[in-house]
Amino acid sequence: MTKTAHRTSPRSYGGRLATALFLALAMNGIALGQDNTECLSCHEDKSLTTERQGKTVSLFVDQATFAKSTHADLSCVTCHMDLEGKEMPHEVPVAPVQCGTCHTSEEELHKESLHGKAVARGDALAPNCQSCHGSHSIVPVSSTESAVSPLRIPFLCGRCHQEGTRVQREREIPQSRILENYSESIHAEGLLRKGLVVSANCASCHTPHFILPHTDSRSSISRANIAATCTACHAQIEDVHRKVIKGELWEKQEHVLPACVDCHQPHKARKVFYDQGMADKDCLRCHERASIRASDDGRSLAVKADTLAHSRHQKISCSQCHAGVNASRHRPCETIAEKVDCSSCHAEVGQQYLRSMHGKLISNNDPNAPTCKECHGTHEVKGRTDPKSPIFALSIPGLCGKCHQEGKKAAMRYTGSEHEIINHYTESIHGKGLLKSGLTVTATCSDCHPAHNVLPISDPASSVNQENVPATCGRCHHGIQEQFVQSIHSTMMHKTDKKLPVCNDCHSAHTIRRTDIEGFKLDIMTKCGRCHEKIATTYFDTYHGKVSQLGYTKTAKCYDCHGAHDILPVANPKSHLSHDNVVSTCQKCHPGANRRFAGYLTHATHHDPDKYPFLFWTFWGMTGLLIGTFVIGGVHTLLWLPRALQMRRERRRKLEQDNQEPKESE
Amino acid sequence: MKSPETERQVVRFSRLERVLHIIMIVSFISLALTGMTLKFSYTGWANVLSRILGGYESAGYIHRIAAVFMFGIFFTHLYNVLQKKRKDAGSLRAILLGPDTMFPTKQDLKEFIASMKWFLHLGPRPQYGRWTYWEKFDYFAVFWGVLVIGSTGLMLWFPELFTLFMPGWLINVATIIHSDEALLAVGFIFTVHFFNTHLRPEKFPMDLVIFTGRVPLEEFKEERPREYEALKNSGELEKLMADPYPPIVLRAVKVFAWMALSLGFILVVMIIYAMVFAYR
Repeated sequence: MTKTAHRTSPRSYGGRLATALFLALAMNGIALGQDNTECLSCHEDKSLTTERQGKTVSLFVDQATFAKSTHADLSCVTCHMDLEGKEMPHEVPVAPVQCGTCHTSEEELHKESLHGKAVARGDALAPNCQSCHGSHSIVPVSSTESAVSPLRIPFLCGRCHQEGTRVQREREIPQSRILENYSESIHAEGLLRKGLVVSANCASCHTPHFILPHTDSRSSISRANIAATCTACHAQIEDVHRKVIKGELWEKQEHVLPACVDCHQPHKARKVFYDQGMADKDCLRCHERASIRASDDGRSLAVKADTLAHSRHQKISCSQCHAGVNASRHRPCETIAEKVDCSSCHAEVGQQYLRSMHGKLISNNDPNAPTCKECHGTHEVKGRTDPKSPIFALSIPGLCGKCHQEGKKAAMRYTGSEHEIINHYTESIHGKGLLKSGLTVTATCSDCHPAHNVLPISDPASSVNQENVPATCGRCHHGIQEQFVQSIHSTMMHKTDKKLPVCNDCHSAHTIRRTDIEGFKLDIMTKCGRCHEKIATTYFDTYHGKVSQLGYTKTAKCYDCHGAHDILPVANPKSHLSHDNVVSTCQKCHPGANRRFAGYLTHATHHDPDKYPFLFWTFWGMTGLLIGTFVIGGVHTLLWLPRALQMRRERRRKLEQDNQEPKESE
Repeated sequence: MKSPETERQVVRFSRLERVLHIIMIVSFISLALTGMTLKFSYTGWANVLSRILGGYESAGYIHRIAAVFMFGIFFTHLYNVLQKKRKDAGSLRAILLGPDTMFPTKQDLKEFIASMKWFLHLGPRPQYGRWTYWEKFDYFAVFWGVLVIGSTGLMLWFPELFTLFMPGWLINVATIIHSDEALLAVGFIFTVHFFNTHLRPEKFPMDLVIFTGRVPLEEFKEERPREYEALKNSGELEKLMADPYPPIVLRAVKVFAWMALSLGFILVVMIIYAMVFAYR
C-alpha cells in the first residue's frame, strides 16, 4: 500500500526522544552556562505566580518531577533559550519554549497539521506541544506516567474532543460523541478494558502530530489512505475479507470499493459492524420512508428493511454495495457517484458478464441491456435455491422470457433461426420436466446458456457453440456424451471438413422431445436425411421406410440399426452393423434372422443400375410388363368404346319399339 | 308384357363360381387397399387410408388374411375344375381342350382379328362363344397374378424362412415384383376388366351376370350367338334356363357391386394421383 501521510507510530516515538536526549546532553557540555539550581532558587517556591491574559498562572517547578523527566539532564536554558546569560531574576514574559529546536520533524508536522494551523491563527483552543506533552514532567511515551502513553491518549484527546467541549461546540468537527463512541469500540475495548497498548488509540489513526481533515489527500484518514492506515495494524485484513472482496481490488480500484470506514464506522468500529454500524440503520432513516423519491427522475428510493433482512445480502451493509458514501456527511450518500457495482464483490462473475452478450450491450450503452438487477433484483436479492428468487429454476424461463419471448425486445433484435423460444421450451421435455413435473434439476435456460456467460452461438467460447454443445449437454447427460465422443459424429474421432452433427442437430435446441414418443422417432429420419440425403431417400423405398413414412414407429428406423449416439462406420468392429454384430442387430426385431437375412438391402433402390442391377432390371422389366399390358388393354378398350356405344343405342331403340308395340295392340 | 324381371334367363355361372367371385372381390379389394397404402406411403391419402384401416399392423393382418382367402379361392377353383372332370367331362383333356376350354384357341385368334375389324367398321360383330378371348385373358391374368404376387408375397411374409436358402437381396427383388405386379393387377382389374365386363356402354350401368349367374335370353342370343346356337342345337339350353332372382336380391347385389366398383375406381384415381403428381 502507498503511504503518503507522514505518520509516527507510538512505538518509534520513544526512540526519537532518546535521540533528542543524546543531542541535548552533547550540547550541555558546551553551552551549560547557567546552573539549574540558580533557576530553582526562585521556581522552587510553590507560591510563585504570574499573570497571563488575566489569569494567574503558577510558575512553580517541582524539582522531583523534573528530575524524573526525560529532560532531567538538560539545563533550564536549553529550552528557555531566551534566558541564557540573563541576569536573575529575569524579566517577564519569557518567550515560549521552542520544542522544535530539538524535535525538528515533529515541529514541522505539527505546523502543517490542523492543530498547528490553528495555533498559527492564534486560536486560543489550539493545542501546542505542552497541551499534550506537558512541560517539566515529560517522560518517555513508554512510561505509564506519560501524558501521551497509549492508555491516556483517548482521554488526552477527549479533553477537547468530547461532547460539550468548546472545541466540539465552536469548531467544525464532523464527528460527534467521539470519545463516547471510541470508548465503546473494539479498539477501546482492547486498549482500556483489556489493557492492550497496541490497540488503536486516536493517534494510531490520526497520527500524533500530523492531524489533518479527512478531505485532505495527505491525511492518514483520507479515502485514499485509510486502507493503508488500517492495514498498518490489520496487515492480513485482505485475507479475512476474501469472502466479500477480492483483496487486490482495494489497491487497483479503490474508487469502486468501499473503504474500511464505509463499513467499520470510525470511532465506533466493532467486530460485528453491521449490527450497530452506520450502515443500514442510518440509511434506512431516510430510505424506509415510502415517499422518498429521486430528485432527478422521481423514481422511488424507498427500501424495506424487511426485504433486506430476508435477502441473500442480509449481512451486507448498504454502503458495501452503494460504495462512495461519506460517513462524515449528514447525508453520507450524497457523495455516491457510481451506480452499484456488484463485481466489487462478485468479481469473477462480473468479468464473465462483461465478456458476455449482455455485458457487451452494456458496454455499447444499449438501453435494452440487462444488468445484474434485471435478473437478480436489488435489495431483495436471493440465492438461486430460494423458491422466491427470480433465478430459482422454476422462474428462469419466465425471467429470460421477459426479453426473449416473441415480440419482446431481445427477440426483436435476434436474427438467428430460433423462434418462439419460450413457448417451444415450455412444450419441450425440459420445459415439461421443469414446469409440469416441477423438477428443479431439469435444464432451464441458464443450464445451457450460462447465466453470466451468455455468448452468441458463433463465439467459440459459447456453451452453445457447435464445438461445445456435447459438453454442455453432457453436464447432465454425461453417459450420452461419453458414447457420443466415441462415435463417428464426434470431431474427436472423425477429422473432416464437413459439419458434423452435435446434440441439437438431431434433438433441436428448444423443442427437445422425449425420444420415446412417436413424433421424435419419426422426425429423426428426416434429421439424419439432412446430411445422409441419399441413404435416407433409399431407406424410404424399403419396407421399413415405407411403414415409417406412414407414421408408424414399430419398424426399424435409422437409430434402430445404426445406434443413436454410438454410431460407428460399418467397418468398425464395434459398429452395430459390423460383420459380427449385424445379425444380432437384425434379431432385435426379427428373432429368426440369420446371416443371409442380414443380406436384405435396407437402403436398396431400383434407380441405381450400377449398385443394384438386379433391382434395376426387375423394376424396368415389371414396368415394361405394366406399360405393355395397359397399352394393349387400353387400346382394345378405346377401340371398342364407339362400337359399344353404338350397340347401346340400337338396343335402346329396339327396347322402345318393343314397348310401343304392345301398347298399340292393347 | 315381357319385362326383364320376369323373363326367363340363361344360367351362365355356377353357384360356386359366383361365390368365389364375390369372395375374390372382397379379398382383392382388401389386398389392394392395404397394399397400396404401403406402396404409396409417401402420399397423404395413403396415410389417411392406413389409419382408416387401423394402422399398418392391422392393415398387414387384413392383407395376409385376404391373401389366405385368395389362395383359398385359387385352390378351390382348381379343385372344382378337377371335380368337373370327374363328373361331367370324364377326362382332364376334355375340360382343358374341349369347346368351352379356357385355353386360347385358333377360334380366339380369329375372333380377335374379327373384333379388330368390327371395331374399325371393317366387318360385323364376331359370333362370340362361351368365352371370349378377353375373358380368357382375364382368367389367366388371375392365374399369373396369384402365382407371381402370391409367391413373392409369401417371401415377404416369411423372410426369415426364405432367407434360410435364398440370399437376402432376393427379398428386395420380391418386393419390387410383388408391388409392381399388384399395381398391374389392380390397374388392370379396376379399369380394363371393369370396362370389359361391367361398364361398357351397352351393359351400363353394370352387368350383374357374375353375381346372379343369369343373363336374359335376348341378350345372350345377341352377345354370344355361337354358344346360343350350340346350346340350342344340343338341347342343353332348356336345362340352363332359370327364373330371375327376386328384386330384393338384385338390389343387394347392386349395392355390393357398386361398393366394389366405387372402391376400385377411387383406388385407381388415388394411384394415378400418386404416380402422376407425387411420384418419387
